[in-house]
Amino acid sequence: MTASMPDTYVADDPAGDFPLVQLLTPEGQRVNHAEFAYEGDDDSIRELYRDLFLMRRIDFEAHALQRHGEIGLWAPAQGQEAAQIGSGRALRPQDFAFPTYREHGVALCRGVDPALLLGLFRGVELGGWDPAEHGFALYSIVIGAQTLHATGYAMGLTLDDAVGHNDPERDAAVIAYFGDGATSQGSVNEAFDWAAVFNAPVVFFCQNNQYAISAGTDRQTRGPIAQRAGGFGFRGIRVDGNDVLACHAVTTAAMQKARDGEGPTLIEAYTYRMGAHTTSDDPTRYRDSAEVETWKLKDPIERVKRYLQVQGTPQEFFDTLEAEAEELGKHLRAACKALPEPDLAALFDSVFVDGTPELAEQKAAYIAFRDSLETEGSPA
Amino acid sequence: MTTAKMPLGKGLNAGLRAAMEADEKVLIMGEDVGQLGGVFRITDGLQKDFGESRVIDAPLSENGILGTAIGMTFRGYRPVLEIQFDGFVYPAYDQIVSQVARFHFRSKGTVKMPIVIRIPFGGGIGAVEHHSESPEAQFALTAGLKVVTCSNANDAYWMIQQAIASDDPVVFMEPKRRYWDQGEVDLLSDPFPLHASRVVRDGSDATLIAYGPMVKTCLESADAAAEEGINLEVIDLRTLSPLDLDPVFESVRKTGHAIVIHEAAQTLGLGAEISARITEKCFYNLEAPVIRVTGYDLPYPPSRIEEEFLPGLDRILDAVDRSLAF
Ligand SMILES: Cc1ncc(C[n+]2csc(CCOP(=O)(O)OP(=O)(O)O)c2C)c(N)n1
Ligand SMILES: [Mg+2]
Repeated sequence: MTASMPDTYVADDPAGDFPLVQLLTPEGQRVNHAEFAYEGDDDSIRELYRDLFLMRRIDFEAHALQRHGEIGLWAPAQGQEAAQIGSGRALRPQDFAFPTYREHGVALCRGVDPALLLGLFRGVELGGWDPAEHGFALYSIVIGAQTLHATGYAMGLTLDDAVGHNDPERDAAVIAYFGDGATSQGSVNEAFDWAAVFNAPVVFFCQNNQYAISAGTDRQTRGPIAQRAGGFGFRGIRVDGNDVLACHAVTTAAMQKARDGEGPTLIEAYTYRMGAHTTSDDPTRYRDSAEVETWKLKDPIERVKRYLQVQGTPQEFFDTLEAEAEELGKHLRAACKALPEPDLAALFDSVFVDGTPELAEQKAAYIAFRDSLETEGSPA
Repeated sequence: MTTAKMPLGKGLNAGLRAAMEADEKVLIMGEDVGQLGGVFRITDGLQKDFGESRVIDAPLSENGILGTAIGMTFRGYRPVLEIQFDGFVYPAYDQIVSQVARFHFRSKGTVKMPIVIRIPFGGGIGAVEHHSESPEAQFALTAGLKVVTCSNANDAYWMIQQAIASDDPVVFMEPKRRYWDQGEVDLLSDPFPLHASRVVRDGSDATLIAYGPMVKTCLESADAAAEEGINLEVIDLRTLSPLDLDPVFESVRKTGHAIVIHEAAQTLGLGAEISARITEKCFYNLEAPVIRVTGYDLPYPPSRIEEEFLPGLDRILDAVDRSLAF
């Protein structure tokens, strides 16, 4: 047998049957699209720019914290700011998002204090926030699992009659985030199927950052990811994932369609993972730095800045934002170190709603042993 | 030169290479095993030397890795599968338990499943969730699966080759926190049998029974105990299914004290089975109940607290004291 198959699909060809929806070029030019438009004004684009900028600062600070040993690991999202902010800002308060482990920008949009994201990576937390409070589920590390959770949540919305009333306060929808690698998992394809069968109000938002650790997209699929939806009976759309206006416009439309009771949509945000998979990864082993260089020219933040500058945004706006980012950095550095250390004794109480005698016994034994060490000192 | 010094992970790498050289039907499949050489570099350099048809980067789907490997065995292949981390084997659990474990039985021996499922397991590396699990009992309790684990570089080198040569399916648990531990590998002498336990330190006062990552912890505990004049015997189980407990019984008959140590949770862990069998076979020799030192019955905790969760020197020596004082 041979593992080398003919390349029927060129992963970095953004044209083909699924042309990218783009509303802002890498040069910072607004362009029209036959179907999708960004509805906001320049002030709201400045708001988006602020989110993009702060999201990148979170990444930068987390990296530094990792290098200083304050967190053990970080999953950088650099390059994916537009996909996350564009989609995250298309959500309403009553909507719900199911993230992977890389959705730092979506977390920001959902009002989660970015410092709380660090708990998982510092090893003091397995969660860190209340999903219900933010409409933002806990980070999910097992690839693909959350897409089914999102689908079930969406089915719950339908059961609760929370869709299709033309009521912006009441109608709600769900968004499921996942990567290009995840599209190979059974769970993701099952989620597509269930969502289609139950006409569930869910948007599947795939950030195709072209890598699953070292594996390129052609290891996961031989056709555009967006095309997959058609086989399941719903629509797939391919959007320039480095264009925040396009991501916002497309997600806004798909979420509204879901809230209107018209079922699921798959959005493939075509983007690029600028950094390593995580701080433990060494991408020089599997990709060219030249490839990274070409994607620098398509930076999702730079193009918005160019646009805003041409529109005459005063320098003061950018200076103020820089100062705000500095403050955020300071907050992250201080808050990271201040995150409460886990207490193993307390963890025995969170296994179940109704604790068990076995756990109570183990907890007591643990505490007694710990206390004995404190009084006698360690025997070793 | 017949011996070489290398880390445990390199021992596995060298063993995989030797197995691939010995049999062209051996192939490797897993996530990121090719150019990257796996996240722990256990397959480093193998794709370069054996090509993309024998070292296959899998799509991100554990169920796919297991299911397709089964099909390949029908073509005479001997797939060696890498599951990236312990916590990601569960999507493949159905194929492992309902398919891999049963084909030989259902076919009355006409269908063989020479599949090796390599799983880096256990904690102690400060990882995020799902990267520190110890699911070995879940495989050991499945009829039709063999389960082994190595604790040092020499065993890593030989056991992986023996597992690959086995016509039965073998779940090969790799103690990930020991991947970097150096050891002497004897490249020529006849290897110790795959499904055999062995005494790794002689002692007379009590018996420590461990496997995988905990063997080193037990050897360190024995060193510490020796300073206080207590002589601990340490047994490396190596094979978890089938169990080879004769060396354990022999030791316990001598010491009268048995302590089983594993990272996996206590309830229904391997310690429960081992303790039951010791009680059955050595009842009149026991001077204390068999004690288990294990992880608690919790999902694996956040890593900053994992040292409290995992059996360490303090808890093992405390158990020794309790057993001897019984
Ligand atoms: C079920 C499962 N298998 C393997 C892993 C290990 N792993 C973590 S991230 C990753 C790649 C994910 O790629 P993709 O879905 O494209 O998301 P990205 O990391 O690029 O955001 C893998 C294989 C995992 N977390 N879960
Ligand atoms: Mg990806």
